[in-house]
Amino acid sequence: MSLGHSAASSPYLAHHFEDLEQQKTSAVLGMWLFLVTEIMFFGGLFAAYAVYRTLYPGPFHAGSHLLDVRLGGLNTGILIFSSFTMALAVHSAQLGKRRLLILFLTLTMTLGCAFFVVKGIEWHHKYVEHHIPGPNFHFDGMQDPKLVQLFFVLYFSMTGLHALHVLLGIGAMLWLVVLAMRKKFSKEWYTPVELVGLYWHFVDIVWIYLFPLLYLLGRH
Amino acid sequence: MNHVMPDHVVPLRVYLLVFIALIILTAITVQVAYIDLGLLNTPIAIIIASIKASLVVLYFMHVRYSEKLILLVVFVSIFTLILLFGFALSDYLTRYWIMLPIR
Amino acid sequence: MSTDHVETSASIVSVSRHEHDIDTSNYLKAGYTLKSWLLTVDHKRIALLYLFGVTFFFIIGGILAFLIRLELVTPKGDLVSSDTYNRLFTQHGIIMIFLFLVPAIPGVFGNFLIPLMIGARDLAFPRINLASWYMYMAGALLTVVSMAMGGVDTGWTFYTPYSTTFSNGAVVTAGLGIFIIGFSSVFTGLNFAVTIHKMRAPGMTWFRLPLFVWAHYATSLIMLLGTPVLAITILLVAVERIWKVGLFDPSLGGDPILFQHLFWFYSHPAVYIMILPAMGVMSELFSTFSKKPVFGYEFIAMSSLAIAIVGFFVWGHHMLVSGQSEFAGLIFSALSFLVAIPSAVKVFNWTATLYKGSISFSTPMIYAFGFIGLFAIGGLTGLFLACLGMDYHVHDTYFVVAHFHYVMVGATIMGFLGALHYWWPKMTGKMYPEGWGQLAAIVIFLGFNFTFFPQFLLGYLGMPRHYHEYVPEFQILHILSSAGAMILGIGYLMPFTYLAYSVFYGKKAPANPWGATGLEWRTPSPPPVHNFDSIPTVDSKPYDYRTIREELSHVARA
Ligand SMILES: [Cu+2]
Repeated sequence: MSLGHSAASSPYLAHHFEDLEQQKTSAVLGMWLFLVTEIMFFGGLFAAYAVYRTLYPGPFHAGSHLLDVRLGGLNTGILIFSSFTMALAVHSAQLGKRRLLILFLTLTMTLGCAFFVVKGIEWHHKYVEHHIPGPNFHFDGMQDPKLVQLFFVLYFSMTGLHALHVLLGIGAMLWLVVLAMRKKFSKEWYTPVELVGLYWHFVDIVWIYLFPLLYLLGRH
Repeated sequence: MNHVMPDHVVPLRVYLLVFIALIILTAITVQVAYIDLGLLNTPIAIIIASIKASLVVLYFMHVRYSEKLILLVVFVSIFTLILLFGFALSDYLTRYWIMLPIR
Repeated sequence: MSTDHVETSASIVSVSRHEHDIDTSNYLKAGYTLKSWLLTVDHKRIALLYLFGVTFFFIIGGILAFLIRLELVTPKGDLVSSDTYNRLFTQHGIIMIFLFLVPAIPGVFGNFLIPLMIGARDLAFPRINLASWYMYMAGALLTVVSMAMGGVDTGWTFYTPYSTTFSNGAVVTAGLGIFIIGFSSVFTGLNFAVTIHKMRAPGMTWFRLPLFVWAHYATSLIMLLGTPVLAITILLVAVERIWKVGLFDPSLGGDPILFQHLFWFYSHPAVYIMILPAMGVMSELFSTFSKKPVFGYEFIAMSSLAIAIVGFFVWGHHMLVSGQSEFAGLIFSALSFLVAIPSAVKVFNWTATLYKGSISFSTPMIYAFGFIGLFAIGGLTGLFLACLGMDYHVHDTYFVVAHFHYVMVGATIMGFLGALHYWWPKMTGKMYPEGWGQLAAIVIFLGFNFTFFPQFLLGYLGMPRHYHEYVPEFQILHILSSAGAMILGIGYLMPFTYLAYSVFYGKKAPANPWGATGLEWRTPSPPPVHNFDSIPTVDSKPYDYRTIREELSHVARA
């Protein structure tokens, strides 16, 4: 490798890239392609939901009625707000404002944890009310309990997988905070912040679809 | 390399407006859910969710200010999702259209 | 993805290595320790790691195939029990598909050649590339471990409700292995796509890319869009198998056919993950060994993309008799015929490339002709199976077995071995013995047809797949097939031997032994650690033989 101008020009440039521009757009494109795979990953689950809801509209409406719209709505608000603070974190990174970056990342993490707490309360309610699929599942009503249970299987799969992604996001932000405290980021290089930001907004978008599909259908 | 504009710093005002719009749309989708619109209930819920998702993608995720390639990536994934849903449902929605003498 | 920062420190390390006078003029000599291989981020070394991995698992899969063919020599099930036989063909399928056919050409040749062909120093994310190999190995070993844990008897397709409710094998372990290999595949695709988009040398426009790169670009799109759906499907099978909550259980309201939809959404396009890279290899081989630019370059490039896209339209042709609606069957059947168009575009363009070319029958070219033969038979019998009426007759028979072996195995093996011989001088710096190479290529082609052609007849006559006992009338065809498998096995052993021999005793290879075009031939054999002394600038169309001929004659004079 020739230690040409480019390698010497920035300590952030990896040897196989020509310039920072190329390095950064590659990383951003890579993150987007990763999000595409995440979209298809959740897509398979959403397709299963679409199929079963088409087959069993009545039981799914009945199941949806058993969820708490207020808690779901609260969590929607929390996640949207956290997306907003994440956008502000990236904004601070762009301007090289380290303290603001740490502040907004911490705020976003806190909101992520708050989401988890609310989710935990909801899951606990489901446990108390015997709505966890399995031998203890219980439902009295007009609809076939087996099919209402199927709704809850999908509810727990979808919210569970989403919650796992929230957890991973919180972990990634923790890592960013550590890097920021060690003054690793600068106006010139803050790519990890941007990538985690993209990831967190994606997690938000999944919930934007989950909320109406699980909580709101058949409310009328 | 192909030239891309330097990082676009989005004004804070834009982020705030998008955030407010997202909250308002959430309120709307909850309210609408309590009105019986018959077959339209699900499509409307999905349309509102998609508007919210588009706002997040375009502004929070900077796609409006990024290279066109990223927009293409977004459309390709939506297209593939539609294929997955469309073809799978094309089976379930037509299960009993044709009755063969032997099944 | 957030590895940029860490990459930086890696580059600093590599700079300091320069000072400790390690030979960077040859990537094979840039370190001899085990660590220098297992922790390498050089795409060329990772390619060789993949070569080791896929060869190892190909041998295991081959041994299982041998046992299957041995059992089928007699009509009675006298070698193994029915239960063992189920596990044999399941493990054979899983290993050959997920551990060999899917990663083989992209992992080895895509990795080695894409940066060289586009004039880059490495893939965009070298550390993720290494991680992909580790994920592949971890997943693959887990799959093999599941064999020791009692194996899986569901067939490689894991159909529900059999896999979720009734099977008594290590379904979850094997599934987890495939899940991890899926991640490896996703990250390989991601790396390729970003590299091809972002790392092309100055002047290397999209329509100057070698067709091998186009084929891998299309492949990487399928990996990115299809594999995650398989991953979530496996996850759902695991959930259903562990907790029995009814996702695919009809008695609890679940629909087993939903599994098939999700599974084939990936697994039909997966056939193109296996065959598109082989097609990319073919474009290079036909051009080089007839010394002519590929006929209809743009059509071949676009047909790769068309195959990737149309591949997602047709998955229901695996479910024509599954209980999916007749209407959906009709649509999927009709759409399946569409795939024939881009495939035929490729075959016609390759044959047109031969026209008035100066053709040489070197080993890689024999594999290329073999590819056309096997792919034509496999592809055309695919059209039989896409016909609703015909499929009612031959589904789940040996006709299907023969068909997919011709397409997936025949074509991919021809591509893999053709590529292995063609780029062997580049990868190792040594020439292989040409006579032995030609002989092995012919033996493999004949052995393959000997093995699988009788299976078309068996299937047409009604021999169902997955059975190890059969009526005596079928024995003669089964014996033919097993004899063919022996020939095929001997054919496979030959390259092992003489290629290994050539590494130590082969003639030293020049930079461009074939007089081929493409940037990978403009750097020494084997290439230096950073691929090119200075990044080349591209100013002409691909497959420009006039310039290459002049350059080579200059070299000869000097
Ligand atoms: Cu298929």
